[in-house]
Amino acid sequence: MKVKVISRSTDEFTRERSQDLQRVFRNFDPSLRSQEKAVEYVRALNAAKLDKIFARPFIGAMDGHRDSIKCMAKNPNYLKAIFSGSDDGDIRLWDIASRRTVCQFPGHQGAVQGLTVSTDGSVLVSCGSDCTVRLWNVSDANLADSDYLSDNSSKPQAVYIWKNAFRAVDHQWDGDLFATAGAQVDIWNHNRSQPVNTFDWGSDTTISIRFNPGEPNILATSANDRSITLYDLRMSSPARKVIMRTKTNSIAWNPMEPMNFTAANEDCNCYSYDARKLEEAKCVHKDHVSAVMDIDFSPTGREFVTGSYDRTVRIFQYNGGHSQEIYHTKRMQRVFCVKYSCDASYVISGSDDTNLRLWKAKASEQLGVVLPRERKKHEYLEAVKNRYKHLPEVKRIVRHRHLPKPVYKAANLRRTMIEAERRKEQRRKAHSAPGSIVTEPVRKRRIIKEVE
Amino acid sequence: MAAFWNSFDSEISGCDCLGDSHLRQAPGDSIASVPYISVTMAAKKENSDDEVDEKVKKYLRGEAANLEGVKDKKLKGQLAVREDLYGKSAKTAAKIEKWLLPSEGGYLEAEGIEKTWRIKQESIAREVDILSSRNQYDIVLPELGPYTLDFTSNGRYMAAAGRKGHLAIVDMKTLNLIKEIQVRETVRDVAYLHNELFFAAAQKKYPYIYNREGTELHCLKEHGPVLRLQFLKNHFLLASINKFGQLRYQDVTMGEMIGNFRTGLGRTDVMQVNPFNGVVALGHSSGTVTMWKPTSSVPLVKMLCHPGPVSSLAFHPNGHLMATSGRENKIKIWDLRKFEVIQTLPCHAKTLNFSQKGLLAAGTGSFIQILADFSGSQNYSSYMTHSMAKGYQVGKVLFRPYEDILGIGHSMGWSSILIPGSGEPNFDSWVANPFETSKQRREKEVHSLLDKLPPETIMLDPTKVGTVRVPQKKEKPTKKDVEAEMEAAIETAKDTEFKKKTKGRNKPSKRAKKRREMIDKAKRPFLEQQTQEHETSRKKQKTNPETEMPKSLQRFVRQKAT
Repeated sequence: MKVKVISRSTDEFTRERSQDLQRVFRNFDPSLRSQEKAVEYVRALNAAKLDKIFARPFIGAMDGHRDSIKCMAKNPNYLKAIFSGSDDGDIRLWDIASRRTVCQFPGHQGAVQGLTVSTDGSVLVSCGSDCTVRLWNVSDANLADSDYLSDNSSKPQAVYIWKNAFRAVDHQWDGDLFATAGAQVDIWNHNRSQPVNTFDWGSDTTISIRFNPGEPNILATSANDRSITLYDLRMSSPARKVIMRTKTNSIAWNPMEPMNFTAANEDCNCYSYDARKLEEAKCVHKDHVSAVMDIDFSPTGREFVTGSYDRTVRIFQYNGGHSQEIYHTKRMQRVFCVKYSCDASYVISGSDDTNLRLWKAKASEQLGVVLPRERKKHEYLEAVKNRYKHLPEVKRIVRHRHLPKPVYKAANLRRTMIEAERRKEQRRKAHSAPGSIVTEPVRKRRIIKEVE
Repeated sequence: MAAFWNSFDSEISGCDCLGDSHLRQAPGDSIASVPYISVTMAAKKENSDDEVDEKVKKYLRGEAANLEGVKDKKLKGQLAVREDLYGKSAKTAAKIEKWLLPSEGGYLEAEGIEKTWRIKQESIAREVDILSSRNQYDIVLPELGPYTLDFTSNGRYMAAAGRKGHLAIVDMKTLNLIKEIQVRETVRDVAYLHNELFFAAAQKKYPYIYNREGTELHCLKEHGPVLRLQFLKNHFLLASINKFGQLRYQDVTMGEMIGNFRTGLGRTDVMQVNPFNGVVALGHSSGTVTMWKPTSSVPLVKMLCHPGPVSSLAFHPNGHLMATSGRENKIKIWDLRKFEVIQTLPCHAKTLNFSQKGLLAAGTGSFIQILADFSGSQNYSSYMTHSMAKGYQVGKVLFRPYEDILGIGHSMGWSSILIPGSGEPNFDSWVANPFETSKQRREKEVHSLLDKLPPETIMLDPTKVGTVRVPQKKEKPTKKDVEAEMEAAIETAKDTEFKKKTKGRNKPSKRAKKRREMIDKAKRPFLEQQTQEHETSRKKQKTNPETEMPKSLQRFVRQKAT
């Protein structure tokens, strides 16, 4: 007879000394656990509620400017800093960790309209309504030396004066060129005091400009005649143009998918386009109730942040039609510029009330050093919440956001108006010959035409 | 086999170049054994592949979803990625099992002509180690009445209750008596709550909840004179059935009474909780087994199991098998998915219990029989038997979780015997830990309270949580079915016997007329239905030209109230 009985010796299953870790044994057999799905559902519900409890996205405000902030720039080599330019010509370098000004760059006579930093982090280019482009030296050594308690100011490395006021500036990735937008699009070199090249297609001012992160020779601009134009520097002639119904305030390229860009439009929506196929938008992101002023992508390429004239900052998924997150404060007025920090954890917004505000990109994220067990727990809760977020109770909690009353009412009004439009369109369709009225998808509806 | 390796060794010691030795011709008899090895290795690999496949199936928890019907491409892509991920994780879990699980299960194999059910406990005790043989004992307490027992979910602690009021808590690892109290009242049942700190005793008038120290914490007056108590672990619900046949559910965290139902089927003391889905099953004296959930006052299922009263009930941990026994000395094994009998065993059973590995213990009188399904085919046959001294009446058999031990509560006290292969050898520290420290116990209590399930989650199929309810389409009976029904009704009408009238009223013409009337009466509902259908189809045809009207005028079409 062969017999064996389960016998566990206490030594193998308990610890020897109190300094040792407790021994943990795992058996993932589903038959040991009953009602797994119900337990997961309860955990998802609790995770959604905890998320809401810990959702405190506002970190702090950086005040110092004396006029509204129009533009910001981030240094790709130095995470802690951000540059901001305001309407009185004041450019400041901020240390995000301490939320103080490190350095000031006085010099502009009028409003600073655009700021950008070269990819190696050595030169800051600023342009303004006083028709000047100024280059400042902001290499790492310079910043590290400066003591942020004393009010440091630097002298510009170069000042270039040109014909018209400038509206925006952007620096080429991995190159020596930067482009300014104004009455026409000018391409400059750091060392030349005159633009190397000029593009002029269309009769209206260009209001924003952005170089492609993947292809250093391609840039996208938007102009006052409601168009978005793509230029290629190698061809020295404009490539494509798409004219929409309303003007685009800002453009951002997706850093992970460089053929896609998203345009922040005056009609409260953002339109994502594939640069190769401009006849139709890839995705329409709706949720703002007033003009979207600025847009910036997260370095992961999965999210982007928008700031709008309706005093809110929203975070969208790159392919999502509606916003994931909305940030607002009573004191924050019209948001003119937003930036996603280079480590994808923070969002900085510059607004009309002369403050820069620092927000968390994920509202309920725990900042600071997160222990491995904590991180695993957070990841698990996130995953279980996502698995059940379509069920009504969990969905209600996950979706819930407090909106300021003007935004809430404006959103309702917009919804009623759009519904009314849609109903009328349906009735028109129903009362006419079948096939005579064709409804275009929203992705196409806002585009008037595409021009080569 | 041994000969081959020996010859190999001698070859190696003979030559200097090791690389060549295995290519050289070994002596004659060992050449033949080389292909034998490779064949067995191949066979072993196939076996392990099958095992891995089975394990993968276990971890997959059902079949993959059918994505053919999904029209939304984005959703289809996302679901396909997820299904792929599930497959991969199931495979990894299956592969890592051999490293993760330290212990192997117990077994009892008979050699030669001996049969496993003839093997006595003494012979087993001789073969196993001292620690295990310590677990075989008989505690004799004759004055305090038949004993009933309950184990905590990790198998570490046992609560024993004697009918005459003796309550005892024993630590089974060290066989220490932690506390014993005498409540001086009849105690009919005892049940542990979520851990060893709390247990409930069904006493003469009401159930009471006690502490580990024996302090009475609560007196549950609303329950009344309870016959059986069961604790639902995931929901923290204490279910009780009392003398008047009332089933009550109470939430032990807040003391809220969740449900109070009159079963309407009389007094019963057969109650079990199905650990898979949390439904409580009661066995009644009419032979029916009813299954209840706390949110409905009518039972979920009512099934007729035995011609006489049901004497006991047990659930398999996988939730699909139920064993019931009736007074006619038969044990029936039911498949709960189809509610059909899988097997009927001719066996007395006053008490039944399934072990974690699916062994079924049946006890009557002073005889206990253990049945096992050897090939996993759910065909139970005799595995082991144990007979106690005459005069010992078995009251309750209960397998100890995570151990190969069966606890028996009988009229003279309680005993414990070894049943190899009944317990799960590998426990999960975060589900039930037999070596729990007090700190771990406190943490576990908090975590299980956070994961407490609301009573609405109790349903017959617990995997339905989070799924989409498909809208039901009512099926219309086909023409053939309707005709068949009409024929059947006519036949029954023809067969009716008429009262024979007297005094000249029993004329044949009158009888024939009566018969024709009965047949017409039977036909009438069917004919009415047919005329109704004709009318609706006519009306539908009538409205056809109306549907052809232009869309703009359709709102002027008269709408019939449906």
